[in-house]
Amino acid sequence: MIGVDLPHFGRFEAWRDTARQLASSRVAPDQVIWGDTGLFGADPVPPPGLHPVVATRDFLNLAGTVASHSDPERWALLYAALIRLQDDRGFIANPADPLTDRLGRMAKSVRRDIHKMHAFVRFNEMPGDGPRRRFGAWFEPEHPILEAASPFFAKRFADMDWLIATPEGTARFDGSLRFEPPAPRPNLPPDASHELWQTYFANIFNPARIKTNAMRSEMPVKYWKNLPETGLIAQMLADAPRRVQAMRDAGASTAPGFAAKVTARIRQAPDEAPPQDLDTAAGQASRCTRCDLCHAATQTVWGKGDPAAPLMIVGEAPGDQEDLQGRPFVGPAGQLLHRVMDQAGLDPARVWMTNAVKHFKFTPRGKRRIHQTPNATEVKQCRWWLDLERRLVQPKLTLAMGATAAFALTGDNRPLTPRRGMVETTLDGGPVLLTWHPSLILRLDPTRAEEARHQFAADLTQAAKMMAA
Amino acid sequence: MAQRTLQQKLAILSDAAKYDASCASSGTTRRDSRDGGLGSSGGMGICHAYTPDGRCISLLKILMTNFCIYDCAYCINRVSSNVERARFTPEEVVTLTLEFYRRNMIEGLFLSSGIIRSPDETMSQMVRIARTLRVEHGFKGYIHLKTIPDASPALVAEAGLYADRLSVNIELPQDASIRELAPEKRPETIRAAMADVRLSREAAKEKTHTGKRPPRFAPAGQSTQMIVGADAATDRDILATSANLYSGYDLKRVYYSAFSPIPDASAALPLIKPPLMREHRLYQADWLMRFYGFDAEEIGAAHPSGFLDLAIDPKLAWALSNRAQFPVDVATATKEMLLRVPGFGTKTVTRILAARRNGPVRYGDLLRMGAIMSKARAFVTLPDWHPGALTDSDRLRARFAPKAEQLQLL
Repeated sequence: MIGVDLPHFGRFEAWRDTARQLASSRVAPDQVIWGDTGLFGADPVPPPGLHPVVATRDFLNLAGTVASHSDPERWALLYAALIRLQDDRGFIANPADPLTDRLGRMAKSVRRDIHKMHAFVRFNEMPGDGPRRRFGAWFEPEHPILEAASPFFAKRFADMDWLIATPEGTARFDGSLRFEPPAPRPNLPPDASHELWQTYFANIFNPARIKTNAMRSEMPVKYWKNLPETGLIAQMLADAPRRVQAMRDAGASTAPGFAAKVTARIRQAPDEAPPQDLDTAAGQASRCTRCDLCHAATQTVWGKGDPAAPLMIVGEAPGDQEDLQGRPFVGPAGQLLHRVMDQAGLDPARVWMTNAVKHFKFTPRGKRRIHQTPNATEVKQCRWWLDLERRLVQPKLTLAMGATAAFALTGDNRPLTPRRGMVETTLDGGPVLLTWHPSLILRLDPTRAEEARHQFAADLTQAAKMMAA
Repeated sequence: MAQRTLQQKLAILSDAAKYDASCASSGTTRRDSRDGGLGSSGGMGICHAYTPDGRCISLLKILMTNFCIYDCAYCINRVSSNVERARFTPEEVVTLTLEFYRRNMIEGLFLSSGIIRSPDETMSQMVRIARTLRVEHGFKGYIHLKTIPDASPALVAEAGLYADRLSVNIELPQDASIRELAPEKRPETIRAAMADVRLSREAAKEKTHTGKRPPRFAPAGQSTQMIVGADAATDRDILATSANLYSGYDLKRVYYSAFSPIPDASAALPLIKPPLMREHRLYQADWLMRFYGFDAEEIGAAHPSGFLDLAIDPKLAWALSNRAQFPVDVATATKEMLLRVPGFGTKTVTRILAARRNGPVRYGDLLRMGAIMSKARAFVTLPDWHPGALTDSDRLRARFAPKAEQLQLL
């Protein structure tokens, strides 16, 4: 039997060195006794053998965590796993393997204990006369995790001196971290912040909701004795029913006198008189609830451009980007439109650009919103705004892009293909030139897109000519 | 009015903040104090304590003030409430945050506020607190600011530089309820504020033409909260709203807060027991949407009433009403389908996929891998297990639902 002693701190590194040496001679796991210091007649570790020893990164990470478990068998299990790993590289990745499963559970328990230590250590301020403030804590973890859990505090509290004492030893930080053997529990002075903390804990609790199982599963009772706030829990729970009942008995209250005055001052009734200019119309449209699209869309996307423009361009409805930014024609289709307008010599600042429907219609799909074409009812409801916009702008010519705009303006929903490039009459009597919607061009395959883009550009050029005439 | 002590203010202003459910501190950039300052953050958030209402304390969640000029019926701090009022100075908030942080009680600050004077005035004070923490004290911990929907974009832009997370509460699942119960708020302004945060976050991720990266903007993203049970919206409505919010504004979380009766209540709302189980089921459903590939509509449609089944979890409810898709063969099923098996979580599915490469997966293996076989057994086939007629059994739901409770006799 070979006996291996491991030091109080730096255990994992020591185990790793010895295990590598033993494995290089393929010493069988049942020939080694780990960490039992009092064993008489134990043989020393043999010198390094000739076999190469390999360990995967995943295994080393797992072993490093399992090393902090309180189970005395952990070193033997890890060594058995290391030996097995030499012939069977895959077992450590197979969650169905019993040894992998056992080590995995041990690691999980250690990780949880470390997490709880990061959560439940409570520092008390200690007197000091140096430039740095001094703090101390007492904590009782389930596993020997002091070494594994302390670097977190060193990163977090680098500008103060602190110590965390545990039954396993003490971690001390004064700019660098070191570990000392176990000492009696330190006397920590009272700290006024702990009293404030208890005030916070007692008041952030809602007595109308009690879920003590959830509390206990996340904050196990074994940690309670060193937490300043947990002493309040019994009283908080005992008092909760009375507080809820008192709330019910009190019922609804009468508002203080000043409330109505404040409300009257800030709550102006919106002006719903028929708007006489585009700005007022935009304000009213921002509160529009004529159809259901307003509930999901971000905001009303009103037209923009020259309020006295001779040309009005009408698209279908805002898309994803337009909806987010609150401005029309800023998405991919809008960018294409602007490029073609530039070619055709149409200045966006001298045009009124808007949409037949002012709210974005979509279906949510995970993290994306898929555009939907507005239906006839939505188009008809929104025509109220489009008509108003047309009365206020009074364009000489309107350009309808796509079937929805053509339908909104002419009331005719026949297919667009044979009508494209033609001038028809709007419901309010003006001329309207029909063309493709730029988003169609973006959806077509390259050859058909080329043709459609050509036609689109020709239509815009025609519109520019009609303006010049 | 006599001057209040810090302790009295803390009591009032943490009491006023307790109805906000969101308190997470995860998902931000990694920072620590080795190069100066105080604190660290990044990775998994830490809950430093739990209150008997089952909710964790990760952040110091307080209101800057509970004076408010708005009159939202569901809110204890509305102008028409008779609640005791208090107001922290910015320095007091900074001190409380730093001192609690140094004693390892919190991960940082969650600051919200009643609206005083104007949205801009309130927002600028909140920004000042965050700036003092970050710039003067080199604070590296977590900061979550509840933004005021009507505040100017410049203030929100500055807030995003200091805060890890920004949020604005949608408050109620349907626009009509917001207009009725929170007459000073407007659903479209709330959504526009969320859209602004999303656009600012995206802009901060793009390099400029000189190749310089702009400063990070709210690296832990944005979240929102919805109150459940204060209006008549069904769970189907709520999930539809959540799906819209997730897809539209790249939200990290939608928090559901079961409506609690509040002291000094408004007559507009009932003094009901908070629907905690409904809240729980909504969180489960939300999880299914974010991590399991479910659509809001298919979860919401599992029950004709539009409400989630309170007796069983929403995934099980979905499976029971879609039995034609089961049993699935664990050896060959796609990842998407494995994720739909009740009793299999995302971790279990990852383990199954890993184990499948090493040979057949049996019943005992699944138990070891963390599958809840009491649920899953009716929906899977394995080399050593076949559910037989169990999948289509009429009494399958009864096996999972808790026993009917005897009503109390009067």
